[in-house]
Amino acid sequence: MVSERSSKEFFAVTLRVWRQAGPSASGRFVDYPATNVSPDMSFLELLDVVNDGLTVKDEEPIAFAHDCREGICGTCSCTINGKPHGPGHGIATCQLYMRSFKDGDTIIVEPFRARAFPLVKDLVTDRSAFDRIQQAGGFISVRTGAAPDANSIPVPKDDADLAMDAATCIGCGACVAACKNASAMLFVAAKVSHLGLMPQGQPERDKRVLAMVQAMDEAGFGNCTNQYECSAVCPKLITHDFIARMNRDYVKALFKAKFKPVSSASGGAG
Amino acid sequence: MNLLGALFQSSIGKKLLMAVTGLVLVGFVTGHLVGNLQIFLPPAKINTYGHMLESLGAGLWAIRLFLLACVAIHLWLAFKLTAENRAARPQGYGVEHTNRATLASRVMLRSGIVVLVFLVYHLGHFTLRVQHPEWSEHTFRLADNTMVRDVYRMTVQGFNSAGISCFYLLGVGLLAYHLNHGLVSMCQTLGLKNERWTTGLERASAAFCWLYFLGNAVIPLSVRGWLPVLSGLIQR
Repeated sequence: MVSERSSKEFFAVTLRVWRQAGPSASGRFVDYPATNVSPDMSFLELLDVVNDGLTVKDEEPIAFAHDCREGICGTCSCTINGKPHGPGHGIATCQLYMRSFKDGDTIIVEPFRARAFPLVKDLVTDRSAFDRIQQAGGFISVRTGAAPDANSIPVPKDDADLAMDAATCIGCGACVAACKNASAMLFVAAKVSHLGLMPQGQPERDKRVLAMVQAMDEAGFGNCTNQYECSAVCPKLITHDFIARMNRDYVKALFKAKFKPVSSASGGAG
Repeated sequence: MNLLGALFQSSIGKKLLMAVTGLVLVGFVTGHLVGNLQIFLPPAKINTYGHMLESLGAGLWAIRLFLLACVAIHLWLAFKLTAENRAARPQGYGVEHTNRATLASRVMLRSGIVVLVFLVYHLGHFTLRVQHPEWSEHTFRLADNTMVRDVYRMTVQGFNSAGISCFYLLGVGLLAYHLNHGLVSMCQTLGLKNERWTTGLERASAAFCWLYFLGNAVIPLSVRGWLPVLSGLIQR
């Protein structure tokens, strides 16, 4: 994307950042003036520059999560001016450029807020609750060994496309951060649907949705009130239609598990 | 997993119960409105109808208890879900930002509480008859000479009070507003919605809610003589 501004037009902003030394320390907002901001800088680069200045002054730099800086890893996680991943649409914080802001702006930067994402330091939160949900069923069980023949299991193109839409979830947690109730429904729905739409995901489909929803509830996320704040901020624009699909899948699994025939076999096929 | 346990304890189960009880109650208030609109017919109609309902005996109580159970579950879950949702974010944001959550969706508990207060008053007025017990002493003679309760006169007398009329308009208005989020939300919770259906569902829901509100609102407005043709149909 070509900036409308030339990169020579530097400007100044104030970063108002949540600083909190540790999980049990009390936190507060601290203002950091930033001058010589280039519109071509990414937001995280600005944080880097501000941190360099803090380091030179022998102050503690702002802790923030980041890794790939190209929108595919889901590590960056700031809430900027009240919106997870900032003012853009369909981008992660690392894809946000300073051209989105104006000279003199005060930019308020906060961590993702949810009980299930306990704060570690400053803007860094512990999102391992997502890992626990994944471990509960976000996988398929396959035999290891030689790779199966390609295309040995036909997958209709429509299903593959839809599964891919769900699989684009990078697990950043913006859906939880944006939800008024800190609900993880969009994340769990994406993970449940991604495998549930594929033939390889069918054997464990019911078990998966029941186990993942249970893990979600145990992690202390809120409940969905169908306001769709989640999909509005999702950097991968995953649709909340997957939530409706998961709701359906969950009820079906619940009733199927309850009313399935009871097997008379007590052991294996001995 | 235990089926009932999952319905009452899991987040999706609780939402499902919320949706299903909501659907039952929507069905009830719709039928109730159709019954009420008989106020525009001669008094014998609605009084016969009221008498028919009161004569259902055990059936009436079965329906009442079923509806009461739906209200109780809907209400209990509303408070439980709200408490859980608040606990899920102990520390809020410095900047509150809303992307697209509608106002109706954000005030569901508050609109619901006003409707509940109205419901309690309404039941006290017409079902338990503890408010204005003197109004319920009016009787009406049907064509076959049976004496029945004069529901028609109770209604007209009730709406003659400006306070009751205002409270009624507020109650049904907020109920319509509550349903505007509730109906579409219910489809999402039951998994009966996707992008292709959304616009249609939202429009149908808005149309239903407007019709529901207007259908209710014309009753007090007519009784108070504010509507040209309909007011003429009310017998005072």
